[in-house]
Amino acid sequence: MSASRPARPRRVYDVAVVGAGPAGMAAAAGARQAGAERVLLVDREPETGGILNQCIHSGFGLHHFGEELTGPEFAQRAFAEMVDDGLDVLTDSFVVDRDADDELSVMSAEHGVLRVAAGAIVLASGARERTRGAIRIPGSRPAGVMTAGLAQHLVNVRGLLPGRRAVILGSGDIGLIMARRLTLEGIEVAGVFELLAHANGLTRNIVECLDDFDIPLHLSTTVVEVHGRDRVEGVTVAPVGPGLEPLLDRARFVPCDTVLLSIGLLPEAELARSLGARIDPVTRGPVVSSTMETTRPGVFAAGNSVHIHDLVDFVVEEAQLAGRSAAAHVLGGSAPRDNVTLVPGENVRYCVPHTISTDREHTVYLRVRRPLERSWLRLGDAYEKRLRYVVPAEMVTVKVRPRFLEGFSSEALRVDVVPREEG
Amino acid sequence: MSGLRPTGDTGEPGGATPDDGPVVDAGHEVTTYLCIGCPLGCRLEVEESAEHEIVEVRGFSCRRGERFARQEHTDPRRTVTTTVAVTGARIPRLPVRTAAPLPKGLVRALCDRLASVRVAAPVRRGEVVLADALGSGIDVVASRDLDRTDAG
Repeated sequence: MSASRPARPRRVYDVAVVGAGPAGMAAAAGARQAGAERVLLVDREPETGGILNQCIHSGFGLHHFGEELTGPEFAQRAFAEMVDDGLDVLTDSFVVDRDADDELSVMSAEHGVLRVAAGAIVLASGARERTRGAIRIPGSRPAGVMTAGLAQHLVNVRGLLPGRRAVILGSGDIGLIMARRLTLEGIEVAGVFELLAHANGLTRNIVECLDDFDIPLHLSTTVVEVHGRDRVEGVTVAPVGPGLEPLLDRARFVPCDTVLLSIGLLPEAELARSLGARIDPVTRGPVVSSTMETTRPGVFAAGNSVHIHDLVDFVVEEAQLAGRSAAAHVLGGSAPRDNVTLVPGENVRYCVPHTISTDREHTVYLRVRRPLERSWLRLGDAYEKRLRYVVPAEMVTVKVRPRFLEGFSSEALRVDVVPREEG
Repeated sequence: MSGLRPTGDTGEPGGATPDDGPVVDAGHEVTTYLCIGCPLGCRLEVEESAEHEIVEVRGFSCRRGERFARQEHTDPRRTVTTTVAVTGARIPRLPVRTAAPLPKGLVRALCDRLASVRVAAPVRRGEVVLADALGSGIDVVASRDLDRTDAG
């Protein structure tokens, strides 16, 4: 605004990618492959790889690399495969906002504040963990209550143990993985407590992280109070009734000095929001078209910053598409506009992308609300497909081909996952 | 410790209850496993004779499930991932893994053994950190590169 503002170094790119985790690396690669010459990849951490660097367990990359890798191995191989010399990587750097001239303001440890003009942006900033405040656990506020991902960082990267006896609230995969991790590091895990009647994590993690180490999983049970003044001294746990209300007459005290929360992830959509992109109240990430473009033209998004994925392999696929689309936005040749809105119907919590077009094939990701052993996936009355087994913890992936929607002429396509009779 | 402990019972009262199961010959023993192949999570049963021969595998709904039950019953193995101390790098821990799945009974002993391993940066991914771990014939290797930094 002011004429006296000191001139900041200015850089010009075709595509700027925010976040250098798996989504960011894949988006940058996608943009390069689609012909974008000048691509910038920005991350606030000192190195690329994002959360993979602290996920030292194996189970990554079966789809993408055809073998089972640890997080750091996946990150390093993805970097080697996706990051080429034509790509500028700016670590220790943070995208603050976009100014009135549509230029990004990037704060960099090495370069100070930079102005970045980019023809298109890909948001790949990942997710944040839900914290104690999100579920309002009553009790005191001592040290020792932390998210499972923070404990993972402390143990795996910093070499610090968070306590001696831990209780884990929530049966998400990170919590299960950390139950094993803490046990192997000599910390006693008193138990994993899950509010719902079913575990949230993969069966594989229940077996390999809990059963292998005799760590009890208490379903339909939650933490109703945290005790301790300076440090956690224990928690009160109670079973819950059918309406998930705690049954306090059956509450009991569990001594511990650490409480790990594995209660879900939320897309990091702060930048998307500040850029004026519309946010889906269910996914909590930006609404995206079939090219992964947000409602702000030229602003694309991918990975956990759009919706929470189970597998990094799908993140990569989605992000490559976002990167290619961003390049097409700059170079010309964008795909025709979407003409169909996907409407989550029975037993469907959300669909991504939010819109598709009837002229080409799309991969649609969706999550169900409740488990079904045998079901039909229905796209309006245009198409149906058998699904074998669906659970909320596992994303459903569907290829939608143009011939499925032949003769379909409405603008809204309802997506249902309904029970299928035997036979 | 023995791979024979029944799994799948989550310890929650009123949750998974052991059913009566099929009638089994005298001296036969049935062990159950929870299949990890897919979200279906089949309850697998392995029936063994008094001579410890597998008589029947039940409860699977695909070939992978049957294979898993036999493997889990006769020789359960796990890929072990943990960290070792590293000096001279930007971070103090180096993530490591077994190059192949290790017999399950050795997992804790391996982690105890690795507690005293210390390596110096630079390290390259795949570099052997502990060869022939506990005489298993399986190496423990670095999961990532770590460059040497001046700070070290």
